[in-house]
Amino acid sequence: MRMLALLALIALPALSAEGPTKPLKVDLSNPGPTFTGPGSEPVNNNCTACHSAEMILLQPALPKAAWQAEVTKMTKVYKASISEEDIPAIVDYLTKLRSPGS
Amino acid sequence: MLTRRLMLQRAGALGLLAAGSAKAQDLLDLGFTGGDGLRQMTKAGDFAQKSEMILLRTRAPLLETPMAVFDQGVFTRNDKFYVRWHWADIPDSIDTATFRLTVRGHAEKTLSLSLKELMALPRIEYAAVNQCSGNSRGFFAPRVPGGEWGNGAMGNALWTGVKLKDVLDRAGVKAGAVQVRFNGLDQPSTPDGPDFMKSLSVDHARDGEVMIAYAMNGEPLPLLNGFPLRLIIPGWYATYWIKMLNDIEILDKADENFWMKTAYLIPDRPFATMTPGEAGVKMVPISRMLPRSFITNIPANAKIAQNAPVTARGIAFGGDCGVQTVDFSADGGTIWHPAKLGKDEGKYGFRRWEASFTLPDRGSHNLKVRCTNTKQEVQPDQANWNGSGYMRNLIETTPVEVV
Repeated sequence: MRMLALLALIALPALSAEGPTKPLKVDLSNPGPTFTGPGSEPVNNNCTACHSAEMILLQPALPKAAWQAEVTKMTKVYKASISEEDIPAIVDYLTKLRSPGS
Repeated sequence: MLTRRLMLQRAGALGLLAAGSAKAQDLLDLGFTGGDGLRQMTKAGDFAQKSEMILLRTRAPLLETPMAVFDQGVFTRNDKFYVRWHWADIPDSIDTATFRLTVRGHAEKTLSLSLKELMALPRIEYAAVNQCSGNSRGFFAPRVPGGEWGNGAMGNALWTGVKLKDVLDRAGVKAGAVQVRFNGLDQPSTPDGPDFMKSLSVDHARDGEVMIAYAMNGEPLPLLNGFPLRLIIPGWYATYWIKMLNDIEILDKADENFWMKTAYLIPDRPFATMTPGEAGVKMVPISRMLPRSFITNIPANAKIAQNAPVTARGIAFGGDCGVQTVDFSADGGTIWHPAKLGKDEGKYGFRRWEASFTLPDRGSHNLKVRCTNTKQEVQPDQANWNGSGYMRNLIETTPVEVV
């Protein structure tokens, strides 16, 4: 019970709010993971230019058409400059990530 | 429960252990079907001003709040508050002396406000839940691509700031204004990518509740939550709560930017639901939140002693209004009992609830919790579905084992 009371105290916000008066600098330089192994080069050259690899690794198992649609969205909507000839290899790599036998 | 060895195997298969640094104790299972809810926990300081969080993506950061944090009280600690950015080009420093908030467009005059000038305006303060449109996306069936969140892409804070209305009135909104558009300091990572901006109707922007916040739980916002200024739209999904807000543009026609016209659209139906593959569904921009409730002190598959009195507790929120009642069921939803509600800290915030029960029969049981808001809207017992994974508010089920 004492532990709970203590937690409740910690969770209570301060009574008078402090505004942003001091400059703030933080470190956002961690690029996060990229891909390794055979076939990863076009994925690293294109996909991980904008976002780290976890975004892809944590997707559910998606069929090839869904990965194709994702890559198309990245180029058409988010204007990622992915060269046309790299796209089939990228889609293939992404599709096989979660179904290595296919 | 997954064994530690199985967790490590699956994490390896997911590529989460590539650097060889993650250990089983750093992993957490969000409980998605197929076992792909495994996530690595960050260590305190891995991300600026953040302690241990569930890692979805390093760049641009996506960090989820573990459910156990919500058991500590109705206000979510700043260092545990979830993080979500679209583009990775985020300023890593803000000079509070030179920072300016611009108000421009269809107005009598253009404003360029320093933080000091802004903080001199009359102050308002209230609790409000900030929830990602795609909170709980990982539970969608069939699964959909996107940020694969569990239930922790949400948090409740006490926000302090000024009325957006006061700022707009100083600029003088001209007759014929239609919408107000908000932009932050984050930038697209691609040369022609769409800058992340969101708009509200002029009437909504001037309702006296929408806030430009400069403090969160009594302190300046963490940079990853939008330092120095964040737009607060109580009751609406977080996509509208622009972080690092530095530009307000009053528009004399509807905003047609990508993030309003094409992204963040939902089926124009109750619970934003449709059938996978269904064509011709009218889509509209996402807006108000719906009621939700969670058990925070009993994890899934917990063991409970036969005939022992147990207290379940958790949090609930009404969406864009207060919590009317929270009901609890220890028999999978056949019999419901009203839960005891905690102190009301404001209609837009989390509300604590508590319910006691005993289970006389050994074996598997399902605990359920259900919120009804003050508009008499009730959480549904059927899951919604849409292709973007938005607006899940199904009644939550926690399986337990009586031994």
